[in-house]
Amino acid sequence: MAVDIPDNIFLTTLDAAANWARSSSLWPMPFATACCGIELMATASSRYDIARFGAEVMRFSPRQCDLLIVAGRVVMKMLPVLQRIWLQMPEPKWCVSMGACACTGGVFDTYAVVLGVDRFIPVDIYVPGCPPRPEQLLASIIDLQNAIKKHGTLTGKEFAERRSAEGPAPLSVDELRRSRDFLVAQARERSSEAPH
Amino acid sequence: MSTTEERLRERVGAAGFESSRFRDNVRFDVPPESLQAALAFLKGECGFDLLAELTAADLLDYPDARNRFRVLYVLVNTATGERINVRTHVDDPEPTLPSAVPLWKGANWMEREVYDMFGIRFAGHPNLKRILMPDEFTAFPLRKDYPLRGRGERHNFPVITRAEP
Repeated sequence: MAVDIPDNIFLTTLDAAANWARSSSLWPMPFATACCGIELMATASSRYDIARFGAEVMRFSPRQCDLLIVAGRVVMKMLPVLQRIWLQMPEPKWCVSMGACACTGGVFDTYAVVLGVDRFIPVDIYVPGCPPRPEQLLASIIDLQNAIKKHGTLTGKEFAERRSAEGPAPLSVDELRRSRDFLVAQARERSSEAPH
Repeated sequence: MSTTEERLRERVGAAGFESSRFRDNVRFDVPPESLQAALAFLKGECGFDLLAELTAADLLDYPDARNRFRVLYVLVNTATGERINVRTHVDDPEPTLPSAVPLWKGANWMEREVYDMFGIRFAGHPNLKRILMPDEFTAFPLRKDYPLRGRGERHNFPVITRAEP
């Protein structure tokens, strides 16, 4: 009952075929803001060749990319720009948060640096390091490829289920307390000036 | 060095003028009313043609400070290599100083940074707006009463999730 299939035909599912195509040609959008950008460039150069994984085509237009690599710290002035670039990328799209600053803010816990881009855009793979070695970034690309092959679908319906942000809540208890204290102090000042 | 000091003291007047030095760091304190005259004199007559630095310091918690902000101008004489620091002071409600942009074009961005970080306005500046923080930022971050981690402005953005309708 087994049908004899010639060697140049293989059977698969549409999902698997789409996953294979998408994972083997992840075109990165290099969102390099700081030092991790240099490591990203090093990964793209000849010694650590990211082209082996199909990702050498670093288009700088988000309309032509499907992998956003956030490399470097993101300040509050840059975050709306990052969100706009993310929204300009067509589906299916993935995000790699490269380096300590993009993952959690790194050493920069100041008024200007966003403590982790996963508070505001959805991140798929986190790469720790300051900066991560090129081999670590390649390992993250390989992990992402495996994840796409395992869980991807042709129509991208696995993305529709993620309805909440994956990162921590944007405003932490400390920040809420500080902003509340400031507003209370300001209101008190205003009310003490009012009778004058 | 003492020639410049003597000439500056003579020009500005002895009221409010102090000078001190530590090793090779020479500083002159001038009152803000005579700042413009002092800088113009130093540039025109004494040959200090390079404004190397324009910053401020917030002396809020200093025990023996008389005024809140100290603004520092570092001038360099490119012909002789002489470097002096001219300091002036401004106080809290509406701190304002005359702008140094007519003298040195490089003061343009330096004064914008001082305005952005401390809130000190410069009268006569062609484009006094924020340069490092976003334009809609409301506080002045390098003042001593502004917390290091901010007041929640850095995380006050909309969250983008995967499922967009």
